[in-house]
Amino acid sequence: MHVPDGFFDLPVSVGAGAVAVAGLAVCLRGARRELDDRTAPMAGLVAAFIFAVQMLNFPVAAGTSGHLLGGALAAILVGPYTAVLCVSVVLLVQGFFFADGGLTALGVNITLMAMVTAIVGWGVFRLITRSAPGSRAVIVAASFVAALVSVPASALVFTLLFWIGGTAPIDVASVAAAMGGVHVLIGIGEGLITSLTVSSVLAVRPDLVYGARGLAKRLVLRTAEGFEAPLVAAPATGEAPVGRIRPLLIGGGLVAILLAGVVSFYASGSPDGLERVAADKGLNAHEEEHGLSDAPLADYGVKGIEDERLSVGLAGVAGVGITVLAGGAVFYTVRRRRRHRAAV
Amino acid sequence: MSAGHHHRLYLPGDTPVHLLPPQCKLVAVAAFAVAVVATPRERLWAFAVHALLLTVVAAVARVPAGFILRRMVIEVPFVLFAVAIPIIGTGARTEVLGMSLSVPGMWAAWNILAKASLGVVASILLAATTEPRAMLLGAERLRLPPLLVQIASFMLRYMDVILDQMRRMRVARESRAFVARDLRQAPVLARSAGALFIRSYERGERVHLAMLSRGYTGEMPITRDLSASGRDWGMAAVLPCLAAATAVLSWSLT
Repeated sequence: MHVPDGFFDLPVSVGAGAVAVAGLAVCLRGARRELDDRTAPMAGLVAAFIFAVQMLNFPVAAGTSGHLLGGALAAILVGPYTAVLCVSVVLLVQGFFFADGGLTALGVNITLMAMVTAIVGWGVFRLITRSAPGSRAVIVAASFVAALVSVPASALVFTLLFWIGGTAPIDVASVAAAMGGVHVLIGIGEGLITSLTVSSVLAVRPDLVYGARGLAKRLVLRTAEGFEAPLVAAPATGEAPVGRIRPLLIGGGLVAILLAGVVSFYASGSPDGLERVAADKGLNAHEEEHGLSDAPLADYGVKGIEDERLSVGLAGVAGVGITVLAGGAVFYTVRRRRRHRAAV
Repeated sequence: MSAGHHHRLYLPGDTPVHLLPPQCKLVAVAAFAVAVVATPRERLWAFAVHALLLTVVAAVARVPAGFILRRMVIEVPFVLFAVAIPIIGTGARTEVLGMSLSVPGMWAAWNILAKASLGVVASILLAATTEPRAMLLGAERLRLPPLLVQIASFMLRYMDVILDQMRRMRVARESRAFVARDLRQAPVLARSAGALFIRSYERGERVHLAMLSRGYTGEMPITRDLSASGRDWGMAAVLPCLAAATAVLSWSLT
């Protein structure tokens, strides 16, 4: 989803460009901390990896296919600063060498696809791993949520910019609903691929995953008799600070339900641009009817309810509910297992 | 989005456009894109002038039209989006061929189509007449942070290697009858991505060690003098100046 020239007016392009330049300056400094003198070759190779992985199309529901944005993945694998740098370099190269994305829209593209995805992804990832630290399963689950959230977040910022200085006369609410809906789906795919990728790297070279630096096993001395003598005293792991994140969880849940239930009321019933694009792009991928198209929530509406707006809103709320339930179940099991292990 | 990425980007040549220092061309193309975006969409003749300017540059640089058209495939997703705007747009409606279309929506679609196409063609001309390595050196001369330029140059240098590795993995997957139908096939793709990351990262470590053993101190040596004379800047300024004049004229003429 590279924004071309002419999609946003000049003030927004210039403003986003200023944000991008400031962000890059911060990240250049931060990346030296993450990678010291290896920055140039390592970040270059990671950028090439991101470029390659963005070509990896994965099939999303209903015959469309999305491709990885890679911001959250890069942040978890190599750290947030390096990730922003790498994805920005990918965008720069795509803009100047491949004519993909307009030159005046470079600031918008860097802000949306490098900064928002990497920063939001890393923030969510840290929030989860800090409140439930210590195991591979937590890191994999956290990468799933981080990547899942990063894609709709980027879509929301796109909508915000569109609201400020978009050149097309389309309802902002319908853009928000369309972008949000499609990108939650893409986000699920992104989350799945990201978490599985992180998991497979963790299995082979856990030392390469920046987000899992705390996972390294402590050095243990074994005497000839088989007694263990720990070299480093194990730090006492305090109880997770649940209280502090509870208001955040409740607030976030309310916002999600509001967005899904209320904003989607204003969604236009006619096929929107992105779905059109998706459908037409899907032609070269897999034109198969999705197996769930008869399901009760198919096509963003609840079957059997005549009022279209109510139906769409209900579907949105139900979607949020299902997502929360599924995510909650995953976390509950993970935490239970961790506590169980700690008890044993 | 990646449809056009497999074409050859650079067309070697010794035309005046090829011989211009890269930093002049970078500034010229960026300024041209700004002038195009600043042109009001109702002035159809101004866009014709912009297009004519690009045609002249392409003719001087001897870049064939077929080459440009093939690489313009990259904007197809947004062309489709632009086509949809008049159908879903708000505002006054009119009847065209039995379909009710929004008038502001049609203007918006034209706006995006024209400006995006002009920008894409300008970028294609830049990439077709400038060696990738020279383009990065030019960017460095324009005070882009050297670290950013180094990252980009490593990315460009190893991109083909990494893409080739990915292609080999795809061949290996498909020769074992793998087809990605839905998200259930994601674990296989993710394992490929994980392996690709480890290979890229380890290659980066090897490259870094190889550079250290050749005396790398954190800066790349400059092997080519890229200074631009006033004449070079003047030549490069022709395109953006004419485009800017067109934009200003289109604002002042009613």
